[in-house]
Amino acid sequence: MEVDQLQRNFLEYTNLLFREGFLDGQFSQLQLLQDESNPDFVFEVVSLFFEDSERLLNDLTIALDQQNVDFKKIDAHVHQLKGSSSSIGAQRVKNTCIAFRDVCLEQNAEGCLRCLQQVKQEYLLVKTKLEALLRVRVPHLFSLEQQIVAAGGAIPMLNDFC
Amino acid sequence: MGMAAADSEFHVLAVDDSLIDRKLVERLLKTSSFQVTTVDSGSKALEFLGWHEDDRSNSNETSVSPKNHQEVEVNLVITDYCMPGMTGYDLLKKMKESSSLRNIPVVIMSSENVPSRITRCLEEGAEDFFLKPMKLSDVNKLMPHMMKTKYKEDNIIEKPEKQEKQESNKEETTQESDDVQLSLQEQLNGNNNNKRKSIDDGLPPVRTRPRYNGLTVMSN
Repeated sequence: MEVDQLQRNFLEYTNLLFREGFLDGQFSQLQLLQDESNPDFVFEVVSLFFEDSERLLNDLTIALDQQNVDFKKIDAHVHQLKGSSSSIGAQRVKNTCIAFRDVCLEQNAEGCLRCLQQVKQEYLLVKTKLEALLRVRVPHLFSLEQQIVAAGGAIPMLNDFC
Repeated sequence: MGMAAADSEFHVLAVDDSLIDRKLVERLLKTSSFQVTTVDSGSKALEFLGWHEDDRSNSNETSVSPKNHQEVEVNLVITDYCMPGMTGYDLLKKMKESSSLRNIPVVIMSSENVPSRITRCLEEGAEDFFLKPMKLSDVNKLMPHMMKTKYKEDNIIEKPEKQEKQESNKEETTQESDDVQLSLQEQLNGNNNNKRKSIDDGLPPVRTRPRYNGLTVMSN
């Protein structure tokens, strides 16, 4: 595939994710940190985010399932999730976590359950999109980024969002 | 320690309980060619620094690198504020109380913009306070803090004003447009968008805290 075309696809898709608010400027920062000596940086950080989030969402589910809900624990988990989503630029997940913490402060169990549902939804959405961005299903099973680099091009940056 | 002035290897110890943030900080620091060690807790940080329980403030101690366990010199400690067990603030406090560690510059990071928290840390001796997530532009601000220690070691007196100028000159060329304009006072008065904590030259330093070069803190 032509480098130009690949770069356009990648840029367009990333652009879309930014426009729809799934990703914010922090994601661009991650891209800036990736280079020839660290070619998988974004993929690595995003993978860590997936692992971390799934663990936290699981812990949250368990915590909210208890007879006596420990709101402090819940807040601690949400705080962590807020932090990691913020660090990779997963804006919608982060914002949902911010709202979650407010509800948690009120010690409202029902509200917390609703928030948890929301966070799970947002997480799954961004996960699907990031997976698509980083590993597109093509014959050679390379991600868009890898295809571009393999074709001799450079990963385009979205400087507007820095 | 007797290091040659030409030695430009700076070693940063990064402390954060979040794996993602450790990875991020490490990468950020390495792009600026700093040597990096990351640990996941304040107690591990103290261990790495060779801290001892009875290592209290001692007027005889002038060297930055402690005598005993620390083999690698640390030029800066950057730590998250919110950590289970020992917070970044606790770590800062312990370092400042230690004769061997008190001269190592400490920078605090936090995901939350809480003015009283920032003030508290600066009062305790932190050089700077960054809002998370950290960016490349934040890393540029670390050099001046690390230089202080280097100059102290080589007995070169570095004037605070000079560093302030260097810092703000750097800021003007590398900083994003919005951030440089706003002063810390404006931030504390309620502007939540701006993240930068370093001050421009315009504001007069607060008389009670002359040691915070380039940083002015206004209490509410």
